[in-house]
Amino acid sequence: MKKTVFFGAVTVASLAAGAAAAGTLDDVKARGTLNCGVSTGLAGFSAPDANGEWKGFDVAVCRALAAAVLNDPSAVEFVPTTGKTRFTALASGEIDVLARNTTWTFSRDVDLKFEFIGVNYYDGQGFLVPKELGVSSAKELDGATVCIQTGTTTELNLADFFRSNNISYEPVPVETNAEGQQQYLAGACDSYTTDASGLAATRASFEDPSAHVILPEIISKEPLGPLVRHGDNDWGDVVRWTLNALIAAEEYGVTSTNLSELASGTDNPEINRLLGVEGGLGEMLGLDNEWAQRAIAAEGNYGEIFAKNIGETTPIGLARGLNAQWTDGGLLYAPPFR
Amino acid sequence: MTTISDPPKQQFRLSMLLYDTRYRSATIQVLAMFFFMLLAAWLISNTVQNLANLGKPISFGFFSDPSSYDINQRLLEYTSRDSHLRAALIGLLNTLVVAVLGCITATVIGVLVGVLRLSNNWLVARIMTFYVEMFRNIPVLLWIVFAMAILIESLPSPRDFRGDTPSATMDLFDTVAVTNRGVYIPEPLFSRSLGDVHLLGDSSLRFDVSLDLIAILVVLGCSIYAMRKVSARANRIQEQTGERPTIWYIELGILCVPMLILLVILGFHLGYPALKGFNFSGGIHLRNSLIALWLALSLYTAAFIAEIVRGGILAVSKGQSEAAAALGLRPGKIMRLVILPQALRMIIPPMISNYLNLTKNSSLAIAVGYMDITGTLGGITMNQTGRELECVLLLMLVYLTISLCISGVMNWYNKRVKLVER
Repeated sequence: MKKTVFFGAVTVASLAAGAAAAGTLDDVKARGTLNCGVSTGLAGFSAPDANGEWKGFDVAVCRALAAAVLNDPSAVEFVPTTGKTRFTALASGEIDVLARNTTWTFSRDVDLKFEFIGVNYYDGQGFLVPKELGVSSAKELDGATVCIQTGTTTELNLADFFRSNNISYEPVPVETNAEGQQQYLAGACDSYTTDASGLAATRASFEDPSAHVILPEIISKEPLGPLVRHGDNDWGDVVRWTLNALIAAEEYGVTSTNLSELASGTDNPEINRLLGVEGGLGEMLGLDNEWAQRAIAAEGNYGEIFAKNIGETTPIGLARGLNAQWTDGGLLYAPPFR
Repeated sequence: MTTISDPPKQQFRLSMLLYDTRYRSATIQVLAMFFFMLLAAWLISNTVQNLANLGKPISFGFFSDPSSYDINQRLLEYTSRDSHLRAALIGLLNTLVVAVLGCITATVIGVLVGVLRLSNNWLVARIMTFYVEMFRNIPVLLWIVFAMAILIESLPSPRDFRGDTPSATMDLFDTVAVTNRGVYIPEPLFSRSLGDVHLLGDSSLRFDVSLDLIAILVVLGCSIYAMRKVSARANRIQEQTGERPTIWYIELGILCVPMLILLVILGFHLGYPALKGFNFSGGIHLRNSLIALWLALSLYTAAFIAEIVRGGILAVSKGQSEAAAALGLRPGKIMRLVILPQALRMIIPPMISNYLNLTKNSSLAIAVGYMDITGTLGGITMNQTGRELECVLLLMLVYLTISLCISGVMNWYNKRVKLVER
C-alpha cells in the first residue's frame, strides 16, 4: 500500500517534469490553442460573461498572445485556477501561461522556478470593511476576523502587518474570491483583504457598493503579471514582448482603430518596427512580422484594455494611478523595440 | 535383501525453472518482482533526475524556515514566526481533533439510527430510512459545504449582539454565544492553577502539559479504581450471601467527593464569552468551519454505520431474541445484553473502514477553510515553498500512519470482542 501510493506520486511527478521539458511555443502552435490559466472569477480581471465567454483585463493578455502566436484571439482554452492550484497547473504543463493577478516575488521567480515576464498591473494589498463598522484605518482592526484567500502573498502580508503593528486578528482562509465575498457579506468576517484592485472589483459586484469602504492603508507592493515556466526562454520572450507590445502601443498612440492605417507605414521608425513594417522583430521571436499588429487588434492596446475592463467608466472604476505610462507619471515603461 | 531402491536422483537443470510445475510459479513471481522493481527504480531515478534538472532536488530543509502564515485554530501555541514543521504539527492536531470528534459522534448516531431503523414504530423506522438514504447518497463534500453555508447564512453575526436592543442575544443564561463565526462556550479556568510543564524546550515539536489536567486525571483514575474495588466486594458478598449490598451512593461519593475537593483546591471556575471589539472573547471558540466539518462528516459516516449496525443485528438469529424474551427480559435489555454483544463481532470489521474513511474524508476540510494538515502542510506550506513532492509524500505518510493506528486499535478491540464470545 505504502509503496503503491509512493510510486503513484512519483509517476505524477515524473510525467509533470517530462511535460515541462519540450518547447512551449512549438507545442502551442501544434495544438492550435493556447492554454491560459486565469482566476476562477474576478469581475474585470477574468470572469465569464453572460454568454460564457471569458472577459477581463487578464483575459485580454491571453487573447493578445493567442492572436500573436496563433492568429486567432479566440483560440484560447481558459483554465480557471485558485490561488492554491495555479502554480501546480503551470509547473505541470497543464497551462502555457498564467495570467491570474499573480504577484511577482523573489521566491516565486527563483525558488518556484517560474519566469515573470513583466507587470501588467501595479497593485497593493488593501482592506474592505462595511461602512457601519466605523473603521477608518486598518490599524483599528484589532481583534477583527479577516477573510483571506489562501495560498496567496496577501496571506503572508496580512500576518506580517498585524504582527508588526502588534494587533491581533482571526484569519478565515477561503479558497476563491466568490467564497470570500459570501462570507464577508454574511458578516462571518469583519474585513476582506486582497489586492486593492481585486477589492474594487469585488465591491463593484455587491448589491450596494456604497455601504463598503476600502481602507486607506496599502500594506504591500503587489506587482501583478503573467508568468511562464522557468527554462523555456523562447516562449518567455514571446509572452514578454507581447505584453510589451501592448504597453508600447499605448505609448506611441497605436490603437485598435488606427492600427490598419499606421500599419501601412509611418514616419516613426519605432512604430514601424513594432508593427513589423520595418526590421524583422517577429521572425526573431519565431513568429511572423505582423504578430504585434494582431496582438493589438485583439483587444486594443494596454490603455484600451484597461479602460474597457477596469477603468473609471466601468463599475469597477479603477484610476490609472501607478499603471499610467511613464510619460504620464506612472510606472509602465516598455523597453525599446529595436 | 531389499529390492527397494531410491528413485534415481534427478539432476536440476535450468530449463526446469520453466517446465517443471514445482518451480514455475516461483520463477514467474521472481520475474514479475524483478520487472516491478525495475519499473519502480526507473520512475524514481527519472523523478530525481528531472527534479534535479529543474533545480529542485528533493530536500526537507524548508521545514525549519519560518512559515509566515497564521492559523486560526491552534491547540498549541503558534505564531507566524514558527517553522513550517510546527505549522504542520498544528494542522495534524486539527485533523486529529475533527477525526476523533467525528468518529465518536458518528458511532453514537449510527448505532442509534441503526437500532431505530429496526423499530416496530412505522414512523420512526421510516424517518431513519429517510435519514440514511439522504446522507449516504449525496457526496460528503456537498454536505460539508451545505452545513457551512447554513451556519454562515442563518446565524447572527457578532455585530448583531451589539447595541441597546440587539437583534440577537446569548443563549443558556448568557453563557453561550451562537454566531455565524462559530459557537462560544464557557471555558474551565483555575484561579490557583498548578501551571504547565514545558516539554521539548524550544524545538518545533514543543508542547505544554497542564498539571491541572494531570491532577484531575490522576484523581479520576484513583476514584474509578476504588469504585471497582467496591463493586468487586459487593459481588463477593452477593455470591456468599445471595444478597447484594446497596453501593450506588458509596460509588457516587467515591467518584464525586475527591473530584469536588480537587476542583475547589484548584479554584475552578468558568470563563464566559463576552462581546469585546469585533468579536466575542473569552470562552472556547468552536469555529464554524470545525462545526460544519464535524457535523457533516459525522452525519454522513453515521448513515453508513447505521446500515452496518442494522446488518449486524439482523444477522443475529431470531431465536436469540425469542429465547431472551422467553426468559422475561424487556426489549431494551434484550438489545443491550443479548443482541448487541453478538452483533458486535459482525459490526466491528466494517466499522474500521468507516473510521478510516471519516479520517481520510476530513482532508476535505479546506472546502470550509478548516486548517487541517492538508490545509497547512499540503496547502499553504506547499504553495509558499513550491515543494510539491516532499509535501505530498509527507502528507501521505501522515495519513497512512493515522490510518494504521486506527486499524491497529480497532483490530485489537475486535480480537477482544471475539474472545468473549464462545
